[in-house]
Amino acid sequence: MAHHDPLIASDIQAYLDAQGSKSFLRVFTCGSVDDGKSTLIGRLLYDSQLIYEDQMAAIERDSKTSGTTGEAPDLALLVDGLAAEREQGITIDVAYRFFSTDQRKFIIADTPGHVQYTRNMATGASTADVAILLIDARHGVVEQTRRHAFIASLLGIPRVVVAVNKMDLVGFDQSTFNAIDVAFRDFAARLEFDDIMTIPVSALDGDNVTTRSDAAPWYKGPSLLGFLEQIEVDRQSLGAPFRLPVQWVNRPNLDFRGFSGTVASGTVSKGDPVIALPSGRRSTVKDIVLYKESLEHARQDQAVTITLTDEIDISRGDMICSASQPIEVADQFQAKMIWMDDAQLFPGRQYIIRTTNNAASGSVTAIKHRIDIEDFSEAAAKTLRLNEIGVVTLALTKPIPFDPYSDNRSTGAFIVVDRQTNRTVGAGMIDFALRRSRNIVRQDLVVNSSARAAQKGQSPAVLWFTGLSGSGKSTIANLVDEALFERGHHTYTLDGDNVRHGLNRDLGFTKADRIENIRRIGEVANLMVDAGLIVMCSFISPYRAERQMVRDRVGSERFFEIHVDTPLEVAEERDVKGLYAKARAGEIKNFTGIDSEYQPPENPELRIDTTKMTAQDAADAIIALLRDSGLLDDPRLIMQDGGGI
Amino acid sequence: MDTQALLSDLEDFASRSGQSVSTLARKVFNDGKTVTRLKDGGQLTPRTLDKAVAALDALKQDHLGAKGVRLSHLDRLEAESIHIMREVVAQCDNPVMLYSVGKDSSVMLELAIKAFYPSPPPFPLLHVDTRWKFSEMYAFRDRRAKEAGMELIVHINPDAISDDVGPFSHGSAVHTDITKTQGLKQALDAGRYDAAFGGARRDEEKSRAKERIFSFRNEHHRWDAKNQRPELWNIYNARVAKGQSMRVFPLSNWTELDIWQYIHRENIQIPGLYLSAERPVVERDGVLIMVDDDRMPLEPGETPMMKNVRFRTLGCYPLTGAVESEATTLTEVIQETLLATTSERQGRVIDSDGGASMEQKKEEGYF
Repeated sequence: MAHHDPLIASDIQAYLDAQGSKSFLRVFTCGSVDDGKSTLIGRLLYDSQLIYEDQMAAIERDSKTSGTTGEAPDLALLVDGLAAEREQGITIDVAYRFFSTDQRKFIIADTPGHVQYTRNMATGASTADVAILLIDARHGVVEQTRRHAFIASLLGIPRVVVAVNKMDLVGFDQSTFNAIDVAFRDFAARLEFDDIMTIPVSALDGDNVTTRSDAAPWYKGPSLLGFLEQIEVDRQSLGAPFRLPVQWVNRPNLDFRGFSGTVASGTVSKGDPVIALPSGRRSTVKDIVLYKESLEHARQDQAVTITLTDEIDISRGDMICSASQPIEVADQFQAKMIWMDDAQLFPGRQYIIRTTNNAASGSVTAIKHRIDIEDFSEAAAKTLRLNEIGVVTLALTKPIPFDPYSDNRSTGAFIVVDRQTNRTVGAGMIDFALRRSRNIVRQDLVVNSSARAAQKGQSPAVLWFTGLSGSGKSTIANLVDEALFERGHHTYTLDGDNVRHGLNRDLGFTKADRIENIRRIGEVANLMVDAGLIVMCSFISPYRAERQMVRDRVGSERFFEIHVDTPLEVAEERDVKGLYAKARAGEIKNFTGIDSEYQPPENPELRIDTTKMTAQDAADAIIALLRDSGLLDDPRLIMQDGGGI
Repeated sequence: MDTQALLSDLEDFASRSGQSVSTLARKVFNDGKTVTRLKDGGQLTPRTLDKAVAALDALKQDHLGAKGVRLSHLDRLEAESIHIMREVVAQCDNPVMLYSVGKDSSVMLELAIKAFYPSPPPFPLLHVDTRWKFSEMYAFRDRRAKEAGMELIVHINPDAISDDVGPFSHGSAVHTDITKTQGLKQALDAGRYDAAFGGARRDEEKSRAKERIFSFRNEHHRWDAKNQRPELWNIYNARVAKGQSMRVFPLSNWTELDIWQYIHRENIQIPGLYLSAERPVVERDGVLIMVDDDRMPLEPGETPMMKNVRFRTLGCYPLTGAVESEATTLTEVIQETLLATTSERQGRVIDSDGGASMEQKKEEGYF
């Protein structure tokens, strides 16, 4: 690596101390192959002497077979990594490169600039502090330049450096450079950059890349590297309101309850009043823990664990904020969205919207317009396809804390994950929350049974528990209900308790009344299935014909008959409610099993022998049955964090 | 900003910074009376207003100076790695950390301990053993796992045991494939892990530069370079279907130099093999191989020589070249590393084929 600081050899300790406090800069580079972007990055790596001899030998060897620079080593080969792209002669993805100087460590996110790679550009730009845009001095500001600048601005990069490359090919002509400078600034006035720097360079020869060049005496500014070394990036956001997205709750024992996360903006000190959102509960910072240290202050980008003076309920997905500047909470937004998948966006479909520490189910309710990145015009659109950018309205199934992206790049960003393929299909930046007002036009969806079910992320079904009185139907049904609820499913249990006292209080226990009882329950269950729920029905339901009637009504594929099979003598011996004793004594008439018939199911989906199985085993068996039938997601697919989906 | 906004900003900052409004007002307006006049509805000229706003901004910046501690590149790398680890624990059901006993693993383990402190890291360590590591590495491994309070799972491919696979008898390619690549798949399948931390860095090798921090692997542990999930901001998507998994690389953005600097700064324990000592070695094909145990067959006329050597990377001892060195302390090792002119992977046998070799290996499931 041949770092040439003489201190390394003379006083390594002093060198390490000096190097320990380097600053850090994330850079995003964009340009087409022809702009010489890979050569520029190769040049930065090469001139800052970070190439080992064996790596250089490999480049020299490769230059002869696939290089484009004749005998001279092709520095672009330092950068073009994957075999596939070497064959095609283009870079196809985002690559990350590292180099450092005495002042600063740099991470370069390098992306190709073709129109079909908007996705990659957005990825590279999302974490960058500075963008380097390459312009070929011979061609000036072209369509691609505008596109790259637009994406850099869209992703909120505050500073842009325009490297006017190939100045050697225009004889380092000042007026050519000035014309490009003016043209770019004129165009960029429409974008959101805080700061624009223009530098004439030749990546091939190294002019103004790492050192000032004599080739352009009229240029008085810094070299590209000199500029990147000195720009200040984080003062501004340190003054922003304090935000700690809670990533993980740290509870090693009863005495410690810490909230771990990476500070998204601002600073916090011990004793500061804070508020947790969405709950709105307030407390005071007791301690800021970073490993064995207790810190007085924490600032943006530090990963810390905070403890509070009060025991308030905070979990992953919450945001701890300065009490005087709480974050907004909302469930409907306008956002800019970049689509990143081959499968197009389906408005109305439920996707997972994942923010820095939260996840919620949500859908695009309307596409306001698509932005044409060729000319920034707005076009009507019904969908977004791969690499398209649009302004959309988004509705989530629960409120989340957020800042507008223009205020905070960390708490205003989200990605879109497809529930079925698990792929990251889009990325978005929140503009603002939509209040419930008259001007919100909802997507005119066909709200039908499957839409309701999809919204809940589940397949609706009826689990019909039949068996003698005291067989254990309700106990098992309740356990199943709890297990499903815990997995985030939307459920309801119908049983004698909640039906007989209301809906069916006019019915007795004669055969005719029993049939009407089941018919009504079947209708209610069917409505609930239509609403997308998983319904547990726990009724003796002694007659096959009525159970078949409900099965036909609901649809056999959604109906699971579970026979809770407890022999009469066992149920009677248990007699939890004392009903058998009363029936034997003649105090209750028409009691199933005593003086009224029970017709056991002939082909139930599941038979549970309660003399051989505990209620918990039975519940597990039912969950397994549902999973095997494809009604439940695998438990791994259920989101742990953010809850509720 | 108008006069009233400036006033409320000033009061807000006074309460945040614990200074009295009059003290602050004197600093901002150069006199103590202006603030009273403004409170009574007085106005400032645009020029005075601009100057006052600038003065207040400067005071705010100075105030941040104390708590807006400068974060060095190591602090930032550390914070990023901790964020990644916490995210895995929050999103995944059953994570595991691959532990290979080298310096990168040592740093990764240290970061895991930091990320979850005072809790122990809530996942086990997994060592896919080849039975041919340096004997010193085994002792170091067992001790560190115990100190960290973590469960240590050691997996050795049973085929490697039954066929007594080794680099001398089977050659390095077969040995590596059976013990490492196949062994790793077996261990991950057996543990049903949905996420596995690895210590790989993007600067190690060209194909790694494009790998995501959360790298998706299908049911057969295969990596598809052309079909990776986009990774934006610090938002990671760890969602997988049954049987699929994530390889997670918390050290992605670290370079070899960063690793050494961090070991130095944090005083992290690393195996003594990284430091120079007198060790028995033989020279084969220009590479110094340490005779770590009596399984190493000596060729006719070959006698181990005692030399002062150390190792830049650690692996199976027959496949790891030693370098002659007098660096017996960590700082001396770092010094030599910085002055070195060849990359650290040069000592590894696996990289010396064509440029795309690592990429192919990864597609086949190599970590």
